[in-house]
Amino acid sequence: MTKPENEWTWKEIPIGNVVLEPGNASQYRTGDWKSLKPILDKEKCIHCGLCYIFCPDMAYNLDEESYFIADLFYCKGCGICAKECPTGAISMVVEEEAK
Amino acid sequence: MGKRVGMEVSIAAAEAVKQAAVDVISAYPITPQTHIVEHLSELVANGEMDAEFFCVESEHSALSVCVGSEATGARSFTCTSSQGLALMSEITYIASGLRLPIVMILANRTLSAPLSIWNDHSDVMSIRDCGWIQFFTENGQEVYDHVFISYRLAEDREVLLPVIINMDGFTLSHVIEPFEMIEQEKIDQFLPPYQPLYRLHPDHPITMGAFALPSIFAEAKKAQEVAIWSSMPKILETWKAFGDMTGRYYKPIETYKAEDAETLLVTMGSFGETASVAVDKLREGGRSVGLIKIRLWRPFPFDELKKATLGAKRLVVIDRAISVGGPGGPVASEVRSALYGNENRPAIYNFVAGISGRDVTPQDFVKMVDKAEIEIEEGNKEGYEIYGVRE
Repeated sequence: MTKPENEWTWKEIPIGNVVLEPGNASQYRTGDWKSLKPILDKEKCIHCGLCYIFCPDMAYNLDEESYFIADLFYCKGCGICAKECPTGAISMVVEEEAK
Repeated sequence: MGKRVGMEVSIAAAEAVKQAAVDVISAYPITPQTHIVEHLSELVANGEMDAEFFCVESEHSALSVCVGSEATGARSFTCTSSQGLALMSEITYIASGLRLPIVMILANRTLSAPLSIWNDHSDVMSIRDCGWIQFFTENGQEVYDHVFISYRLAEDREVLLPVIINMDGFTLSHVIEPFEMIEQEKIDQFLPPYQPLYRLHPDHPITMGAFALPSIFAEAKKAQEVAIWSSMPKILETWKAFGDMTGRYYKPIETYKAEDAETLLVTMGSFGETASVAVDKLREGGRSVGLIKIRLWRPFPFDELKKATLGAKRLVVIDRAISVGGPGGPVASEVRSALYGNENRPAIYNFVAGISGRDVTPQDFVKMVDKAEIEIEEGNKEGYEIYGVRE
């Protein structure tokens, strides 16, 4: 695990600011950019996976019950999943109001 | 001793690139750089040089290709002038930020407008702060020599910075000069194959050119700034090793009859040889005049300049570029900064001369010394003017 950016000193940065750990963008929390978050109505979900396909951040994963659920660590709240959902099962809700 | 031949400086520069075993050349033709890349493309096409020659559609692409090829560990070269440099300027900052040891020859030419193909230093001054090590050369032999010096220096693990070799367009690029060519075996010894610290390779994935948030950007830039200052001892070491091999020793600040001189001319680039003729004339007439030639422009040799100007009463700094709306010429500005803290600093009179390739003869240097001495005598100790402008 790479340490947080604001803890690196100038002497510790690899020459040329090369990132030596492949794929470490997965450690980057983009979830705190959002103001809206997706809420799934499981009654309406037909498990088509369009939300999973369209999500630009690959935030959607299949859970044990075969529902696609957005990982809020990555979800930026763009709402593409809600727009594309053919049954209207996903709604975008203001984050602090959602429970 | 190597073979002594007469050759156009551009051709000799291209021959040096061949001898340096460059893997990738990427360039777009522009006057007065053209002969260098033309000759290189011939060498590659004729099978005399084992390198990839990329014909790109612009200078922005020329340097971008070098960034890519250098990132995979290939020794890369480009060459440009004037507007071409302006177009690649975006990538110059990227090459140094990524610490890629690319070497570029810049056949210095005026930036438009008015449009001009002739020589001055306005092109390189537009990217003065781009983080490359920057040399200025006085004659063709220095250009040839600095190709090898630059690659060895740039690729040193303790340096890893790109290098610009400035040569005055036409004044150097298009003239035939005597050269002492260095034997290939000596070059191979002096300049071993490039061993990159990091390179793009599918077996060991890394990321180059990643995004930096404000929380780490300043640390990244500090590291880059320390790197270029730390290259200073390496520059001296590389020049020393080159001198031991060839007998030609180079210094950040070169001096000519400067030791006891009351008035010192300060020049950069091909002005140096002409100014030294003027110094001889002035000395013959009993005047106490010497010459300082700045070879290393970045990192700027502040300490060496202070040492070289010690005891002088007057500096006559000749710039070949204007900082429009600024403090005169960029060289004078740096010289003033270097000496500001000295209690007995000399008066500094600044001329901008020879812009857009207007000839500056030994007689012109004499006139400038005369004018500066009179002005300073009359109390104008920080003067600045464009030399020879018709009123």
